Amino acid sequence: MTYTFGLDTFGDRNADASGQPLTHAQTIRNVVEEGVFAEQAGVDFFGIGEHHTDVFPMPAGDVVLGAIAARTERIRLGSAVTVLSSDDPVRVFQRYSTLNAISGGRAEVILGRGSSIDSFPLFGYDLADYELLFDEKATLFAELLTGGPVTWQGKTRAPLLHQDVVPHLESGPLPAWIGVGGNPQSVIRAARLGFSLALAIIGGPPARFAAYSQLFRRALTEFGREPLPVLVHSPGHVAATDEQAKAEFWPRWLDIITLMASERGFAIPTAESFERETGPSGALYVGSPETVARKIAANLRALDATRFDLKYGMPGLTHDQLMSNIELYGRQVIPRVRELLS
Amino acid sequence: MEQLSTIAVLGAGHVGPVIARLAIRAGYPVSIATSGDPLDIALIAELLIPGAQPRWASEAVAGADIVVLAIPLHRFVEIDPSLVSGKLVIDAMNYWPASDGVLTAFEDGGSSEIVAARLTGSTVVKALNHIGYHDLEDRARPTGAPDRRAAGAATDDVAALATIAAMLDRLGYDPMELESLRAGRALEPGEAVFGSVLTRAEFEQAVGRDERNLA
Repeated sequence: MTYTFGLDTFGDRNADASGQPLTHAQTIRNVVEEGVFAEQAGVDFFGIGEHHTDVFPMPAGDVVLGAIAARTERIRLGSAVTVLSSDDPVRVFQRYSTLNAISGGRAEVILGRGSSIDSFPLFGYDLADYELLFDEKATLFAELLTGGPVTWQGKTRAPLLHQDVVPHLESGPLPAWIGVGGNPQSVIRAARLGFSLALAIIGGPPARFAAYSQLFRRALTEFGREPLPVLVHSPGHVAATDEQAKAEFWPRWLDIITLMASERGFAIPTAESFERETGPSGALYVGSPETVARKIAANLRALDATRFDLKYGMPGLTHDQLMSNIELYGRQVIPRVRELLS
Repeated sequence: MEQLSTIAVLGAGHVGPVIARLAIRAGYPVSIATSGDPLDIALIAELLIPGAQPRWASEAVAGADIVVLAIPLHRFVEIDPSLVSGKLVIDAMNYWPASDGVLTAFEDGGSSEIVAARLTGSTVVKALNHIGYHDLEDRARPTGAPDRRAAGAATDDVAALATIAAMLDRLGYDPMELESLRAGRALEPGEAVFGSVLTRAEFEQAVGRDERNLA
């Protein structure tokens, strides 16, 4: 079994050592350095998730990935996720096909909604149309990936008639995934359209997603498709010791969830819930390299998945803390997970 | 042996399968339906909700004593009220503009009151909406367990309140009865109960005992 390991960022706005937020521009330049360093540290994939807020100033991840592509040779690069519903599938295809050209065939794309809803009002879309927008646009995107002229008609964008969409892919479809947060009907849709499955697990026991992997595999069979991989995406932070990782991560996690809770009306984490989520049956991968490696290995096994993407960083962490996280993840966690799974 | 009510869960997204599994575990006969063909959710039922019968919505409802609405609220307006006429309906939906967008029809008043005003032929109980679907299954405990948590039920109908309270108890939660849909606003997004998994004492403190009988 071949396993691959990635790092994802949402462009979480960095702070300096005194806790002062860095500018959006400096945070973006730091992400470029982090992506380049991820390759040096031995990470297989670097992903950037689309967000549109002051603490996640990352609406154009594909541009940032282009900069990383120009300075790297091996690491695969992609979105994590692209908010397809409020984008144009033709433009998404063109941007990632361009990234694929720049990087010599290293581009991937993960489509989804993510936790970000800010793009809907920003681009003039109604959240109530979410299902229709995503379904139509994912269907068109699947069509675009096959290459060749596209004919398409729907309600959410202008029709296409034998349209040649450039730049052409050099060597077949990009790896393309649909990100799913817990809706089984989205799992079926990924299988129906021939996308790989990205499970975003951000709370609660990861093992409960095992049924989603089974559902995906059975659905692929029923739709007459070849097997496709499953990836797990979860947040975390790696430092030298469990204590250090938790001490760095917890105040930043509390800040961001408190901010989101005030906007969305959900519960603020407590020290107790944080302990549960960072423990063996929680969704946060926060700890020493050994702790995080054991948890990744156990969950890849439990979920029958072959790729793990750690969403590293949190608004308010420093660039140095993130670089240290990347180094430990690449040089210690990944080799240890491979060892545990061999 | 006591004959348990038959439950129809409408919705096979994030929430519906979780409620269906809980109900099956508690011994209820359960069917599940979406707006479409039951064949579309046959695999979901088989793998995620073993024991649940996938049905057309009309058939699921016809055979049920209790209907659980577990669909996005913006899809609720597409439901023909006659579909659930004469039924005891659990409204597990939420009006959550920060997550799902603004719905003009739900801007004024409690969402379950607006749901009830549309479902004139049904008895509506607000329940199973305020514990996140990540938690709902994991935190369920048998009666008397020391770490048992509380779940609210709110309705204007006294008999329905007793029925759903007994159901919540059987599903694994200490039932907290709120004696009007108006009082059920305490279970909505933004309120202290929402998204937290509270003990009975914490729940009572969060809703305020004096609000339980708000008319």
